[in-house]
Amino acid sequence: MSIWPDEKVLTPGEAEFDTVDMTINIGPQHPATHGVFRMILRVDGEVVVDCEPYIGYLHRGLEKLTEANDYRQAMGYWDRTDYLAGMACEHAYVMAVEALAQIEVPERAEYIRVIMAELSRINSHFLFLGAFGADVGSFGTSFIYAWRERERIYDLFEEVAGDRMFPTYMRVGGVAMDLPDNFEQRCRWLLGSIRQGIEDLDGLLTGNEIFVERCRNLAPMTSERAIALGITGPILRSTGLPWDLRKAEPYSVYDRIKFDIPWRPDLQGDVFDRFWMRLSEMYQSARIIEQCLEQMPKGGLVLNPDLPKTLRVDNGEAYIRYEGTKGEYGVYAMSKGGNKPYRMKLRSPSFCNLSALREMVIGSYVADAIIILGSLDIVLGEVDK
Amino acid sequence: MTPFSFGGELFGMWNWLDAVVRVVIVVTAMTLVVMYLTYGERKVVARFQQRLGPTKTGPAGLFQAFADALKLVAKEDIRPTNADRWVFELAPYATFVPVFLVLLVLPFAKDWGVRNLTLGMFFVFAVLGLNIVGIIMAGLGSGNKFALLGGVRAAAQMISYEIPLVLSLLAVAMVAGTLDLNQIAMLQEDRPFIVLQPLAFLIFFTAMLSEMHRAPFDIPVAESEIVGGYFVEYSGIRWSMFQLTEYASMWGFSVFGSVVFLGGWAFPFGEDWGWGWQLALTFMKSIAWILTIFWIRTTVPRLRIDQLMAFCWKVLLPLSIVQLVANGFILVYDWPQELLTATSGAGAVLLIAIIITRSVRRPKNKYVGSYRQVGVTS
Repeated sequence: MSIWPDEKVLTPGEAEFDTVDMTINIGPQHPATHGVFRMILRVDGEVVVDCEPYIGYLHRGLEKLTEANDYRQAMGYWDRTDYLAGMACEHAYVMAVEALAQIEVPERAEYIRVIMAELSRINSHFLFLGAFGADVGSFGTSFIYAWRERERIYDLFEEVAGDRMFPTYMRVGGVAMDLPDNFEQRCRWLLGSIRQGIEDLDGLLTGNEIFVERCRNLAPMTSERAIALGITGPILRSTGLPWDLRKAEPYSVYDRIKFDIPWRPDLQGDVFDRFWMRLSEMYQSARIIEQCLEQMPKGGLVLNPDLPKTLRVDNGEAYIRYEGTKGEYGVYAMSKGGNKPYRMKLRSPSFCNLSALREMVIGSYVADAIIILGSLDIVLGEVDK
Repeated sequence: MTPFSFGGELFGMWNWLDAVVRVVIVVTAMTLVVMYLTYGERKVVARFQQRLGPTKTGPAGLFQAFADALKLVAKEDIRPTNADRWVFELAPYATFVPVFLVLLVLPFAKDWGVRNLTLGMFFVFAVLGLNIVGIIMAGLGSGNKFALLGGVRAAAQMISYEIPLVLSLLAVAMVAGTLDLNQIAMLQEDRPFIVLQPLAFLIFFTAMLSEMHRAPFDIPVAESEIVGGYFVEYSGIRWSMFQLTEYASMWGFSVFGSVVFLGGWAFPFGEDWGWGWQLALTFMKSIAWILTIFWIRTTVPRLRIDQLMAFCWKVLLPLSIVQLVANGFILVYDWPQELLTATSGAGAVLLIAIIITRSVRRPKNKYVGSYRQVGVTS
């Protein structure tokens, strides 16, 4: 005998008496929408019948702004796409420009970039864990635990780049400045702290029966469906398909680094697996950073010295695929000469991942709709560009 | 000359004056206690979350409660245009008054209460049941869909959980043979009723959390889903009345629960040590009770409404009925009291086992720490 109801939800047709659907507007200002996302739910009692997502509240014209600015000036805008992982977005942007202009990057700079990008991945995933815990209802404890580690990562960013959330640290052809003297020591200490933070959150959330009960078997997704919807990143990997661009098409120094794509035999792409996948990825990111610290050349240039004062690029185009924190972060750059790109295009992973929301939410409870949205881990800066 | 006691008649034949003085004392004391419960919760929860909590207002932030109260009183009292005026405005009173009425019958020490009713426990259920009315009024009258959802959720949840709550208390009342709270406390001089009725205690604690909408049963006020639920449209003093109600009910339930299950003022010193100790004992037990509630709140996530209902109707209700029947047999046939402990203890073990077997079927240990081991490298 099952004590808890099975995951089957009473569909509106099965109700015994006539009911009237109610429309609830969630967002753009709502604690659970993680930014300015708006979804209009049509509910039959507690069961969601339909969901209509609205986006665009944070549209800032990123692509057009980039086309109107010098290659180097435009970089600050790219921090603000996935604003939880500014360094990773910068990395993707400079990689695209470098591919377009065929610029070499010093080896030390590559390692620094990977360290920074992985730290911001950890940062972004920590925010996810904390906010997701709050969505499921753990009264901010998970949030504050995650925040502790995020603050430490931001402190390190501040010391390295001078800014916390939007460091604008990378440059076309390298990074802006060399690391501070005590960086390696601080970074190793930070990794210890991050591992402790992961363990704390694992115990607090994964170790909680109510949490597992709420998330397991909720809104599962097959790999085929995920691919059909263009879903990438942790959500795709949580369906059991170990697809990671850092492994599949290694860029930067990832081919020299040993790390795993988290995988479990019983992955089914449900909300819990998405949570678990991000938790595991953080652990792998910490491994990557540790190896980078060991392999990194101890000295040398961090910026290509042969770069001209103004970067002018000949006709051409380039597209790079970058494993961003939310999925495949694609940057298309096209030049028709001059110091500005003719066209820049961002393939933002959050936007594509969000397209799965409607079909996941329909048929679930209102409370579940919130955590399904949370599990997609969208960043509105990236969705709306 | 008898030593001073709050019990008995303070003003001889002027019964009404006696009652007024007691009510004023209890309500004032309760308001203060409730104000400091909010402060205490912020401090304790902050510690759980590696923060400091309020520190700026007065020494260690002690005046924060007053600052909050002042701010809330000074705020504009907003009524949405599409709210049902009278329902909206009266709803805070309808939730506030029943909870404060409960405090009238609680014995804080021997005969220290406003009135010592022979049917004290019955009065508590009866009055608490009225609380729901105010919450539904707030949910319907606000003209807000989040409030409506919150109100409806609260109604479903509170009505369901009232049944196991009352049944678990009835089990204790059967053992005690009385509904008078003072006598119930006095009967526990040697051993508290939690020893005789551990299952009733567990059921009462769970159902109590649900009745107060505390985590993990804070579904009607779910901050991350319906943004506060039924009181989402309230502001200023009316909002603070809802808060006051929440903390007053927490305090009321804690004192009530410690009187019924933990021996209240009577365990372990009885009447020998005077009213000072009795007050201190009640206070300490209820504070321990409240701290447990805070602890649960900071650590566990929220259940979903169907899981919550299933837990009530499929687990708590059958167990509490079985316990009532078992108590009936033992008491009617005058079997030894150890049997009460045995049957109820077995039930408590069963309740915990049900929750744990559930975890075994979906083993959590499989997942805890699994982020380290598994992975594909290629």
